[in-house]
Amino acid sequence: MKINQIAVFLQNKPGHLSGICRTLCDQGINIVTLSLADTQQFGILRLIVKDWERAARSLEAAGYLVQIREVVATEVDDRPGGMAEVLDIVSAAGVNIEYVYAFTFQKHNRAVLVFRFDNADKAIEAIQAAGRNVLTPVDLFTEE
Amino acid sequence: MFSATWSDTNSPLNPVSAMDYLPREQLRTLQLHRLKSLVEHTYANVELFRRRMDERGLRPAHIQRLEDIALLPFTIKADLRDTYPFGLFARPLKDLVRFHASSGTTGKPIVVAYTRNDINVWRDGVMRSLAASGCIAGDIVQNAYGYGLFTGGLGLHYGAESIGAIVVPVSGGNSERQIMFMRDFGSTVVCCTPSYFLHLIETARQLGIDMRELPLRIGIFGAEPWTDEMRRRIEAEAGITAYDIYGLSEICGPGVANECQCQNGLHVFEDHFYPEIIDPETLEPLPDGTEGELVFTTLTKEAMPIIRYRTRDLSCIEAEPCPCGRTIRRIRRISARSDDMLIIRGVNVFPTQIEAALLAIDETLPHYGIILTRTGGLDQLEIQVEVTKQHFSDEVRSLETLRQRIGEAIFRIINIRARVTLVEPNTIPRSEGKARRVRDLRQQ
Repeated sequence: MKINQIAVFLQNKPGHLSGICRTLCDQGINIVTLSLADTQQFGILRLIVKDWERAARSLEAAGYLVQIREVVATEVDDRPGGMAEVLDIVSAAGVNIEYVYAFTFQKHNRAVLVFRFDNADKAIEAIQAAGRNVLTPVDLFTEE
Repeated sequence: MFSATWSDTNSPLNPVSAMDYLPREQLRTLQLHRLKSLVEHTYANVELFRRRMDERGLRPAHIQRLEDIALLPFTIKADLRDTYPFGLFARPLKDLVRFHASSGTTGKPIVVAYTRNDINVWRDGVMRSLAASGCIAGDIVQNAYGYGLFTGGLGLHYGAESIGAIVVPVSGGNSERQIMFMRDFGSTVVCCTPSYFLHLIETARQLGIDMRELPLRIGIFGAEPWTDEMRRRIEAEAGITAYDIYGLSEICGPGVANECQCQNGLHVFEDHFYPEIIDPETLEPLPDGTEGELVFTTLTKEAMPIIRYRTRDLSCIEAEPCPCGRTIRRIRRISARSDDMLIIRGVNVFPTQIEAALLAIDETLPHYGIILTRTGGLDQLEIQVEVTKQHFSDEVRSLETLRQRIGEAIFRIINIRARVTLVEPNTIPRSEGKARRVRDLRQQ
């Protein structure tokens, strides 16, 4: 039910981001989506990739500081209000969102929201109880 | 009693400076007399000193000539740290009138204490420093050394008041206000760290004020090393004469030594502070003219007499007499230390203090680097810390919190706001043996 997300610590240095992409590319790893959280001082790059174990190993071997975190991915309609509905569900369940990012999926008119919750299990329960689906790695990485 | 109202700018001899010109033979007789009395007093009242004397089979009576000072045990900074707070006092608390504190090498400061007489001797050292720099009664002395536990502020204050000057106790900081006072009060003398003064010149410029047009004519700069080049730059850009003042709290504070109008070496007020130069490896005394580590003995201190204190400053005692006519010997300007102590904005900082701060946050010491720069005259301290997997919870907030906590821990120990930069693993250079963790990029 949960997706393993890779996070990489980045100092604010030019060329860093491309170095990471190149390392993954050399390993034949495709990035499904990414999000970059940045401050004045440093950035945290969050990546969803299919083969996260191999990706994490190759990034670490290349000298990057890598952390793996479980995130929850859910589908919404790609229309206004799509995201608001999911947010209402989790907030009603008393779950806090640490961060969230989104991307559009191969499926038409659907978008994927990736959440880091303070209580992932409770969030998954609430989302499923509301009749929505939570994506598994299989859902995310199987090509159509 | 010397007149404290000497204001004749034409004569070079201010009566407060009389002892500076004592003939060598009389000076040495006085020094020996004081040394004997010091050793007796300290042996009777300070446990650490008595123990070290006994270990060497020495008694106060063994000190018969000035040269016998070389028999006496040294005092080091760790002794003050280990006897924190009152272990080196030779007088009961009821006789004391002041405490000051300064940086230790770890989390705790070192404490120094003064009787009324000690305050007066210290004041006299500062008066003689000001007089040697051409300061007279009626001068307006703007004192931008930090007031508080640091000896710089109150040290210059007491000496300046006693010489008959009007003191402006601004302390450090608020540079625009400092320039405003210089202009509006017509300050004639300024006391601060040389790097802070460069910052003041810059601030004045930004306010559209040319310091050369102000009544300011003398600067008394110390608490950190500075070069002749920096002096020339200060003198040209501010239109003043810049003098070097030397001191350390363990001895009394500022006023242990000061340049005269020759600006070529600092005269040590050696009737009170007896200087030696030793070889830092063999600990043997070296003759005048040879470079080595500076050692001081407080000949007249009562509350906390200090015998043969190893300053870790490298210098030499000039063998030649000075053209100014003073008989008290000069030490060459300090440029280097024989330990890893840093001076940041006039404050002594040891890398071990940074380590103590990091260990307060982390169980194991992360790889860290210390980078010193200077912008607009102000020292900037940056601490780089390598992020480890434990620190990296993948949330911005937790890394920001970590940065803040490190910054606060550092501030708690050294009282300076450092910029904390989190860096990637393997960014801090590793080296064989003792890691060179400090990069001092400041130009002197």
